[in-house]
Amino acid sequence: MTGNEAIAQGALDAGCRFYAGYPITPQNELIGYMASHMTAYGGVFIQAESELSAINMVFGASSAGVRAMTSSSSPGISLKQEGISYIAGAELPAVIVNIMRGGPGLGNIWPAQSDYFQATRSGGHGDYHCLVLAPHSVQEAYDMVGRAFELADKYRMPAIILGDGMLGQMMEPLVVKSQIPNPKSQIKKPWALTGCKGRKPNIAKSFYMWEGELEKFNLGLQKKYKMIQAKEERFEGFMLSDAQIILVAYGSMARIAKGAIASLRKRGIKIGLIRPLTLWPFPKKIFQSISQGHKCRKILVIEMSYGQMIEDVQLSLGGKINVEFLGRSGGGVPTEEEIIKKVVSRKW
Amino acid sequence: MEKIFSHPKSLRDTPTHYCPGCGHGIAHRLICEVIDELGIRERVIGIAPVGCAVIAYDYWDFDCSEAAHGRALAVATAIKRVRPENIVFTYQGDGDLAAIGTNETIHAANRGESLTVIFINNAIYGMTGGQMAPTTLVGQKTVTTPVGRESKLHGYPLKISEMLALLEGVKYIERTSLNSPQEILKTKQAIRQAFENQVNNIGFSMVEILSPCPTYWGMSPKESMDWIKNVMSREFPLGRIK
Repeated sequence: MTGNEAIAQGALDAGCRFYAGYPITPQNELIGYMASHMTAYGGVFIQAESELSAINMVFGASSAGVRAMTSSSSPGISLKQEGISYIAGAELPAVIVNIMRGGPGLGNIWPAQSDYFQATRSGGHGDYHCLVLAPHSVQEAYDMVGRAFELADKYRMPAIILGDGMLGQMMEPLVVKSQIPNPKSQIKKPWALTGCKGRKPNIAKSFYMWEGELEKFNLGLQKKYKMIQAKEERFEGFMLSDAQIILVAYGSMARIAKGAIASLRKRGIKIGLIRPLTLWPFPKKIFQSISQGHKCRKILVIEMSYGQMIEDVQLSLGGKINVEFLGRSGGGVPTEEEIIKKVVSRKW
Repeated sequence: MEKIFSHPKSLRDTPTHYCPGCGHGIAHRLICEVIDELGIRERVIGIAPVGCAVIAYDYWDFDCSEAAHGRALAVATAIKRVRPENIVFTYQGDGDLAAIGTNETIHAANRGESLTVIFINNAIYGMTGGQMAPTTLVGQKTVTTPVGRESKLHGYPLKISEMLALLEGVKYIERTSLNSPQEILKTKQAIRQAFENQVNNIGFSMVEILSPCPTYWGMSPKESMDWIKNVMSREFPLGRIK
């Protein structure tokens, strides 16, 4: 199964019962898979007239209490930003999949990681955040989409699966969950719009007109975000215990980094990898602990961009360790050889 | 003695934020009366627009959602598809439905979504201070057409109802007005028809309501009503369109 198809199947197995999307390469297998399979699960599939419409359909389905998802690739995700801001503002759960391609503008359809800032800072207007999960294999893509729905429901906020064209198109074996959660066992949603029978009317909104209302609401959001930062950051540590050099990479880039590490270890270089699984909240604590007494004094951040995640690494380290960078984007992907060359030739 | 007039159950007892002579209050009330009469209040989900009626849910006593400017019919489409047993309607102004949201409007209509659309046409942007709307009449002065709308520069008033009537998915469109008690009663009948169509799952139904905006038309409430009758309804003829 391709990464795109695995994400779709993962969503269906996680109880996603509404999907709206608009075609864009390199995520078309996802919309195609949803079109073929959603009705068999009793859900609703709509090919929307635009990305704007698709994300606002997700707003609607989610406000009605249904697990809802949309997917796109970079230019399409830019179009969805207004809707994501409204979803965050109305405190609705939703899952948004971005299979990143090259930019800016129409760019190209090659894999890239240039939308890190857009995903991890509020990509639309206003002080908000999305949960951002970054899988690096087809299996992990399948598993993470289920996790994304759980977190989105728990915290009532949008969750982004941030993959890239390589992950979306890659084919790998997949083990699907044998125990599919019963949608009825999902978290209760007393806020959902279902018709006001036997209760006071519910309102789904992000508009706070009267003085002080919005600030109070925003402080509530910030409190929620702080709690998430304390509880939900995740990373994978790979050969870290004796590492004197640590690579930092996420998603497909981390697969390539692991290959480089295997070669470098054969040469006797003590090198490891930190792979953030959550990009927001960013796994700050591991970097803080490294900056306080770990053997490692050398860090190399590798991205399919010209340096976006590196800012979070630097912020987390607080300037205590020098951070080097290797990045390509716009069709180019840093290769194992380039990583090895950078590590062995560099006077750190 | 038989009680023949009372406050609709679906309408909250809220002080109005609308300007004197505005049509929104009348339209809000008519919707509530129809919902009460059809006995569907507990099934209704309303979509409030961006514009002067942005806080319509402060008046309506049933489930409501907001929608980003222009996107009400995308939000409504999804709610209706996942909850077909509910009665879903949008309430949208001319800028919302016929400018920024034209795409959503045309495609929801063309898909034949089983929705009810209440389209308030007052030929102006009210909330933002009186700019040109897609339905602003040629010659009409607004903040962004200070010497009047000129067809060479701004085109002509958009007849979105007539355009939508061409689509097979659209089952009912009527244009009505709020300029007199008789026209208000006709408007209520049309709103009732548009909701009944959804109850009976007939297809996309829309009522375009010519509604006064005395503040940004620069007229008194009485002059506004007369202007709808004598000028605006010549450009936008009243009656059943489909």
